[in-house]
Order: sequence, then C-alpha cells, then structure tokens
Amino acid sequence: MAFELTPERLAIFEELLPKYPTKQALSIPLLHICQEQLGHISAEVIEYVAKKLALSTADVKGVVTFYTLFQQKPVGRNVVWVCRTLSCELMGARSIKDALEQKLGCHVGETTRDGEFTVLEAECLAACGAGPMMQLNDEYFENLTPEKLDDILDAARRKKDAGCAATFSPIGIRARKEQ
Amino acid sequence: MPVENPRILTKNYDTPNSWTLATYEASGGYKALRKSIAMGPAAIRDEVKAANLRGRGGAGFAAGLKWSFLKTHPEKPNYIAVNADEGEPGTFKDRTLMEKDPHRCVEGFIIAAYALDVHTVYVYIRGELVLAIKRIEQAVREARARGYLGSKILDQDFKLDIVVHAGAGAYICGEETSLLNSLEGLRGEPRLKPPFPAVVGAFGAPTIVNNLETLAAVPSIIELGGEAFSKLSRLHHLKDGGVRLYGISGHVNRPGVYEAPVGITLRELIDDLGGGVRTGHTLKAVIPGGSSTPVLRESDTVHAPDEKHPMHAWHGKSHLDVPMGVDTMRGLGTMLGTCCAIVMDETTSMVRVAENLMVFYAHESCGQCTPCREGCAWMARLCHKFADGSATTVDLDTLADVANNIIGNTICALGDGAAMPMLGILKLFRNEFEAAIGKPTPLLGLKVA
Ligand SMILES: Cc1cc2nc3c(=O)[nH]c(=O)nc-3n(C[C@H](O)[C@H](O)[C@H](O)COP(=O)(O)O)c2cc1C
Ligand code: SF4
Ligand code: FES
Repeated sequence: MAFELTPERLAIFEELLPKYPTKQALSIPLLHICQEQLGHISAEVIEYVAKKLALSTADVKGVVTFYTLFQQKPVGRNVVWVCRTLSCELMGARSIKDALEQKLGCHVGETTRDGEFTVLEAECLAACGAGPMMQLNDEYFENLTPEKLDDILDAARRKKDAGCAATFSPIGIRARKEQ
Repeated sequence: MPVENPRILTKNYDTPNSWTLATYEASGGYKALRKSIAMGPAAIRDEVKAANLRGRGGAGFAAGLKWSFLKTHPEKPNYIAVNADEGEPGTFKDRTLMEKDPHRCVEGFIIAAYALDVHTVYVYIRGELVLAIKRIEQAVREARARGYLGSKILDQDFKLDIVVHAGAGAYICGEETSLLNSLEGLRGEPRLKPPFPAVVGAFGAPTIVNNLETLAAVPSIIELGGEAFSKLSRLHHLKDGGVRLYGISGHVNRPGVYEAPVGITLRELIDDLGGGVRTGHTLKAVIPGGSSTPVLRESDTVHAPDEKHPMHAWHGKSHLDVPMGVDTMRGLGTMLGTCCAIVMDETTSMVRVAENLMVFYAHESCGQCTPCREGCAWMARLCHKFADGSATTVDLDTLADVANNIIGNTICALGDGAAMPMLGILKLFRNEFEAAIGKPTPLLGLKVA
C-alpha cells in the first residue's frame, strides 16, 4: 500500500520546505516526519520521500541506512536505548542492560513478544554526568539502578499516544504538541 | 587558589523557567544584541578577536580568525551552521546550554549572523536531543514574535531566520564537513579539505561552522567587551580567553557541568568542581576532554628544563597541575578537546576502557577511508581479545601498528581521534595489556566495596 503523510504532517513538511535552498536538504526532516507516523521506514516511505524530493530511491535508501535513528524494520511501541559508552559503563551501564534484557525477556536488538518494547544500545547520549542512563522514546532516564527500571517500564506500558506509531521523533506533531 | 565561579554562561541555569524569553530578558538578555546593532558588524568582529575565543567544539581554533576567513561569494549567500551535534563520549555541555538557556544561544547566533552578513543560520542539533530541539525551537519562535528575528530586526535593515535541523544519529556528523553533507540531505560523509567551509560550505556557499558554546559566549563578549572577557581566563596571555563549560563524569563524587575560567587545572576540575575521586578510591587516570583525547596520569610530570620551552613554566609539575588550555594540553601530548573529563579510579581496567572506546569508533567510522574503517574495527577486535584473555604477545605489536597506520592517512580527524587515545593507553598502561594475555579481564562498572 502506498504511503501518504497525514495532512497535519504534510503541513509541517511544507512549512520547512522554503527554509532550504534545495529539496534534497529535506531528506532527514521528511524521513523523521514519516517515521513518526508509521513507526519505521518502509520501502513505501522511501518511495514517497524520493518522489516528494525528486530524488532516486537509492539516494534516500543511502541516507536511511547511514543514520541509526531510522528504523529499517518495525520496532516496538516503545524504544529503549541504553547507553553503553565509557562514562556510563564506568558507572554500571552493563547492569542496566542486563536488567532490561532480563525484565523484558529479550536481547538488545530485539522486540518483546507483545510488541511493547524494543531494546537497543546507544552510543554516548550526552548525559555522561548522570550515568548510567537510557533514553526511552523521547525522554532521558538518568542515574539508573536496576531497581528503578520497573516503574519506568510500567509507566511506558500504560502511556498511550494516539496518532503516533512511533513514540520518538524530533520533528512531527508529537514534538509540536508538547510545546 | 580557589576556582573562580564566574556564572556568565550559566547565569540562568538555576532560575525557574530559565528557558523562557521572560527569564532571559529579566537577566539582561538581548541587550547585547541592541548594543551589537549600534556597534556594527566590523566592531563586533573586532571584539570577538580581542576575546581570544577559542572554538569550544574540540579543535580550539580561534573564532575571530575563523570568521575572518569567510569568503563572500558573488552570487551565493553566507551561512552559519551551528554545531550542536554533541556526541563525543564524555561530553554533555552543549545540551545543558540548549535546555537551560536557549535564548543565550539564539542571541549569540543573531549577533554572529549580523557580524558576518548572514541571513540564514542552520542549527544542526543531534536528533536524540528532543528536549534541546524543542527548547531552541521555542526560543526561536519567541524571539521572532519579539522582533529579534524576521525581516526587520529591531527595525533595522537586517533580516534573519534561524532554522533548527535535527540530525538522525551519527557521531561523525559532528565533524564540520560531514555536518554540512548531512544538512544537505546526504549521507554524513566528511569532505576533503580544502576547500574549507568558510569558502565552500553548506549548499556550495561560504559557511562558518561553530560549536554551539562558542556562539553562546558571544553575547557576553559584547556585553563585557572582548578584552575583559578574555581576561577572565587564566590563560589570557596565551590568547586562550574567557570562561567555558567544563564537564566531569566517571568516578567522581559530584559529576556534572560547571562553568569556570579557561585554564583551571585538571586537579581543580576533579577535586574542587567534581568533588574528588569517589570516596574511598584513588585516581588512576583521566581522559581530559572527550574520548578522542589521550589519557593522563597524576604521576607523570612535565619535563621542560629549557627556559625557552613553552611548557617550562610547569617544569617538574604533575600533568594534573598544568592549566587546561588549547596549547598547554597539546604540550602534554594530549588535547583539550571538549573540556569534559572522564575520571577513572584504581578499580578500572584500562584494557576494558580501550575496548569500550574502540567499539565506539568502529561503530562510528563512516567507512570512506580504508585505514579508519578497517583500522578501527581491527583495534576493537584486538581489544576484545585482550579483554577476554585470548590475545597473544604479537597482538600487542599489531595493536600499535594498526593505530600508527591510521594516523595521518584519513580524510577527517575521526581516525586520528581513535588511534591517538589507543596509543596513549598503550603507552601508559602497556603492563595491563601484557598481564591480560591468557587471562580474562573483569568488566567495568561492577559494584565495588
Ligand atoms: C569525528 C569528529 C566529531 C566532532 N564532533 C563535534 C561535535 O559534536 N560538536 C562540535 O561542536 N564539534 C565537533 N567536532 C569538531 C568540528 O569538526 C569543528 O571543528 C567545530 O564544530 C568547529 O567549531 P568551533 O571552532 O566553534 O569549535 C568534531 C570533529 C570530529 C573530527
Ligand atoms: S577518517 Fe573515518 S570517519 Fe573520517 S572520513 Fe575517513 S572513514 Fe570516515
Ligand atoms: S557515556 Fe553515556 S551518556 Fe555519555
């Protein structure tokens, strides 16, 4: 099925368009907006973006595969990125990763059977003074201990956000709504 | 000497709703913009030169000098690209500015744009930093509504728009030419230099790329005057001026971001600002300014008996007691980098530290240059072998060889930024790698008594 942005999201794209001298510059913003709607970047999204920006699908695919925030396959309703880099690891990041895997019953890179959570490792998220830390959707959770995880995961399970397949996006209606 | 507590960049950090226009204006915000417009572009550029403002993004290049390289094109506009891609492991200072005082950033962008005849500023913010992106966008909207942005700024014949551009997850996009490619909608692969961005930058047009903190210092430079700002530094005489943000993380009692003059020592950063190495433990090593800067030890001292040697003033002193400046840290064989230190106590295995960092670089290499792409992955594999106990003596030489073959052989500085800290760890802690042959090394971050 062909992919189309909802009118509300299309309006965000159209507002951004004149701010750049080329259409191609919209690649990353438009992919973010599409991902917010669908939850990941499908082949149809790539075709849609290519058409909108007058690019080849190879150009768009090249961009999608370069950047870690673009999900190339469907992910859970919530995405957890646990920081593995040095400052966090010194403070016990491995115990947080292990606890997440154990509590959710899936490994890094996988999604829980109920589709609620995908667990991923992140490189330094610029919160090094508050390690170990993780990003859950678009929120940071800092100075973590394995014990703190239960409440955080429960709250995420309960939170439902209609209209957004993805619970993370730096650009889109979700980011606007909360302003 | 107690560390001065200037509260210039962090003036509003503790104020409620510090990110709003009302708070910023109540603290004197946007007065520097009015003053700038009265001064005119050339006078602003002179003040920035006099401020001895060294870039806060890692390389420490003088901002005033960089601005003077902007080469106007007959048909293309000038641009500013703000580097807010903060991704260097251990670094978390720019995020605090964006989240806590976005208007200071925005005012800095506007003044810089006025000084450089720029009508579009692109702010490239790391995509993960959703709150920072929201705060800067909100500040831009508030500033526009107030007439600080738009088609007739403060009723002058000066128009400016600030465009927030979110990245999508790639450390390499912090490298300035990779950032420009990413902004143009391409893969974030660095470009060969020259041409430098000041000549051919974003969309083929002349572009000044500055770190976010560099530009956030500009309103204070205008407010205080360039020379007065520079003199806040303890290294004013070395043309390394002003105040800056320091970060400290790892095994200290009070990790965080602190403001202090340029030129405090690592010991002051660790003990006075960071509250000392975590209680009950002793310092083993410190990475001074982000993961690409080679590690230092307290027991190493400066050897510069010759009076003409630039490091002579610190002859015989511990590396921890040398002021942190762009040139002084280079004199120690490391770099000032982002000024965000990572502290490691005696429980830390340097084999595991190397492993952690090399995995990072192997993951983040963009893959354009063979020495970097293959070399970083190879260093990571060798570090894994040392960590799990399967390495042999030959691997020790190979590790150094691989690192040495990266240096100087790549398009951008990521390759060197991986090889230099690897060589630094090998030089100071070779014994730990030797001891790890045939014996697995415990993981980092395990609970210690
Ligand atoms: C691999 C790599 C990553 C970098 N990441 C950043 C970054 O996240 N933020 C930044 O300001 N500069 C970063 N830099 C430095 C930039 O290339 C550039 O020097 C800087 O943005 C210039 O601004 P400044 O002169 O104001 O410091 C990086 C450099 C390299 C080689
Ligand atoms: S040095 Fe590494 S990151 Fe830089 S351009 Fe070459 S391969 Fe890419
Ligand atoms: S190392 Fe984890 S946030 Fe920087």
